[in-house]
Amino acid sequence: MKRFAALYASVDQTTSTKAKVEALASYFREAPEDDRLWTIALFSGRRPRRLITASVLREWAAEKAGLPLWLFEECYPVVGDLAETIALILPPATTTSDHSLTHWIGHLKTLSTQDDARRKAGILAAWDGLPPTERFLFTKLLTGGFRVGVSQKLMTRALALATGIDEAELTHRLMGNWTPETTDWHRLIEVPDPTAALSRPYPFYLAYGLEETDQITPVGAWSAERKWDGIRGQLICRAGTHHLWSRGEEVMTDRFPELAVLKDFLPAGTVIDGEILAHDTNGPLPFATLQKRIGRKTVPKKLLVEAPVILMAYDLLEAGGTDIRQQPFSARRKQLESLCASLPPDLPLRLSPQVPFEDLEALARARVESRDLGAEGLMLKRLDSPYLAGRKKGDWWKWKVDPLTIDAVMIYAQAGSGRRANLFTDFTFAVRDGDSLVPFTKAYSGLTDAEFRDITAWVRKNTQQRFGPVRQVTPTLVFEIAFEGIQASPRHKSGVALRFPRMARWRQDKPAGEVNTLEDLRQMLAQFG
Amino acid sequence: MNAVLTLTDRGIYCPAGDFYIDPWRAVPRALITHGHADHARPGMGAYLCTTTAAPVMRHRLGDITADTIPYAETRQIGGALVSFHPAGHVPGSAQIRVEVGGEVWVVSGDYKVVDDGLSDPFEPVACHAFITECTFGLPVFKWTAPDVLKAEINSWWRANAAAGRTSLLGAYSLGKAQRLMALLDPAIGPILTHGAIENTNAVLRGQGIALPDTIRVTPGRDRKAHPGAMVLAPPSALSGTWARQFGADRSSAFASGWMALRGVRRRRGADRGFIVSDHADWDGLNTAIKATGAERIFVTHGYTSVFRRWLEDQGYDARIVATEYEGEYEGEGLDSTASDPDPEAGTEAGTEPEAQDT
Ligand SMILES: [Zn+2]
Ligand SMILES: [Zn+2]
Repeated sequence: MKRFAALYASVDQTTSTKAKVEALASYFREAPEDDRLWTIALFSGRRPRRLITASVLREWAAEKAGLPLWLFEECYPVVGDLAETIALILPPATTTSDHSLTHWIGHLKTLSTQDDARRKAGILAAWDGLPPTERFLFTKLLTGGFRVGVSQKLMTRALALATGIDEAELTHRLMGNWTPETTDWHRLIEVPDPTAALSRPYPFYLAYGLEETDQITPVGAWSAERKWDGIRGQLICRAGTHHLWSRGEEVMTDRFPELAVLKDFLPAGTVIDGEILAHDTNGPLPFATLQKRIGRKTVPKKLLVEAPVILMAYDLLEAGGTDIRQQPFSARRKQLESLCASLPPDLPLRLSPQVPFEDLEALARARVESRDLGAEGLMLKRLDSPYLAGRKKGDWWKWKVDPLTIDAVMIYAQAGSGRRANLFTDFTFAVRDGDSLVPFTKAYSGLTDAEFRDITAWVRKNTQQRFGPVRQVTPTLVFEIAFEGIQASPRHKSGVALRFPRMARWRQDKPAGEVNTLEDLRQMLAQFG
Repeated sequence: MNAVLTLTDRGIYCPAGDFYIDPWRAVPRALITHGHADHARPGMGAYLCTTTAAPVMRHRLGDITADTIPYAETRQIGGALVSFHPAGHVPGSAQIRVEVGGEVWVVSGDYKVVDDGLSDPFEPVACHAFITECTFGLPVFKWTAPDVLKAEINSWWRANAAAGRTSLLGAYSLGKAQRLMALLDPAIGPILTHGAIENTNAVLRGQGIALPDTIRVTPGRDRKAHPGAMVLAPPSALSGTWARQFGADRSSAFASGWMALRGVRRRRGADRGFIVSDHADWDGLNTAIKATGAERIFVTHGYTSVFRRWLEDQGYDARIVATEYEGEYEGEGLDSTASDPDPEAGTEAGTEPEAQDT
């Protein structure tokens, strides 16, 4: 655990990505192979099965620290992390130990087969034998969610540096359902995998938001299409296999099984950039429908019927096994059009239609219509642009519709977690309904750190009542809430649910008596829902 | 039982002596525990503070009518007997003892119980009622032992110096900065100071307090003149343009009690956070309170409602006093121009959990 704790400390004690990657790389060169494998597993979200519930851990930690449980509960929202809270309140260790990461994980597995009394004794003894950082990490193993500032991408880069194996190749090798118990370092990392090349995606080209419309001149040099409201995805069909990648370099193939049929129709060596969209025969469905599919690794039949998806094709990156990203967009688009035209019409693949426009005014009108069509706005692409990698300015722009907004008053505040611990950042907002206030949304982003600090100081002075970590505050502060969509929701008291609500600004000029009403919300629902 | 002190909208007031302690609005007569801005405010008719605290108060507040008193000397003000006792917070800081008709109340001001080698160390004062700060009144706050802290800071500095990097350490300009200077190993390199800190240094040196040699950072200074230097600056200077003169490869750190929390450390965006405060930690507060022998405890300035409940659990008659002191406010002097993730980031996080994990 000492070597792992040293790795954690060196990653935690720098803000430089380069230094983090170097620290990880040297760990992957030096640490024992089984520890390396567990480190990869933990940093890629594969954690040991949860052995003890959070509430039991809290009790044991409070008891060991000689503190009442209520006091532990008060500390937790200030710290914002359970394992860290536990590590901080426990008395200093009275013994020492020097076991490996793998040993401790094995120890947890052993404890899982034992009764509660033995488990408790085992955990308390471990806490008592570990210095602060190791104790924190050990408790992280117990609480799950091993987020310690190392993304899978960063880890993979370090692994590439340490092993000399190509990063994309490693990304592929680390996928799937392996655990350190089902494989070993050699098999997982070192043995070449001939199928890797078949699934390898291209880096996505991402657009910036349009700043000035004169960036779209001359209009004849540009193409416009809708910016659909789904999940960006890349479909790769090579040698009879298909893979679906997300923009976050995640494989989503199994999450959208209805797209599997495409590999039987698309020629081998086809890669399409598009949007996974909930869509039925009448057109796109609200994002909320697609949301039911997100985060599910397997899809029950019922959901396939309720929330069917298609791939809305934006661009063609590979044709006949050849990378065509350097060809101009107009040429790639032509090939994509003829490819789509050659397919049976009932396949879950559609061509994203181009939006015709003769001048900027027509373009602006088309943008406004987007919301009614179930789109977020327009995508503008220069006809001669190659398909670039990453977020680049100039050739592609997104031009989203203006968000909907409503003025609301803050009624509850809660501290954030992680880097927002001990700051009130999560707020609940209400609109007026006659003399009463009706809560309708939460929001936690859009303000500056300085504003959050001012609001935090204000919340401390204006708390009316506390419900655990939540504070009811005097309804005084008014915010303009911006959001992307609104829909009916019987689960909510207000009857509506908002999409991507955030604080557009703090309206220090507006008294709480002048915020919008529930009736205003209902009208928005009727118009845009 | 008559209250020796009461809370008014101007501050803590002693009716028997007709004076205020650390008032936040203008009053004719103010007794001041120490020179931090939330305790020593401008506009009072007359000030009384310790002999050691006076120079910094004059430096900060300008031309004030200030009388001074040595530690432990008793003075009669109206019907009250008043004395000042070391609080260990910053040089000259005091707890103020007020006795009226045999009843003794003590106002702690800000305090810490560890000896920082610079301030007169905290002395418990027996009393019936103790008005205590509790800035860090939660058991998650436990300060790093002085010898460990010293080793941590110097080894960070040494590693930076060896790599040719300048170290920037953010610390409050009265108290914290001087205390840290005293821990630094001068063999590693020169100590540079931001003007706000060097001005305070000059005042303290002027009253005979020994501080290590420092070099004031001035505009137009040769950037390469002091390789591997340690630069002490107020926390706000670390994120601004001022810090950029030390090159892109600088390493920055904050020294504060809040650095005990990983979330705060990450939010501040520094490489390192050293856990050191001029306020008492959890154990310090509990030890100090016990040592007064007081039965009535008034808590202020910090996690008051939690700490009050804890004290009540321990058998004290504990209440909250709602003062306007701010303590070691977490955002202390920090500018923030960086705004939160834009709505786009929210969109991405909403659809692709991976994108959040950076
Ligand atoms: Zn102070
Ligand atoms: Zn204070």
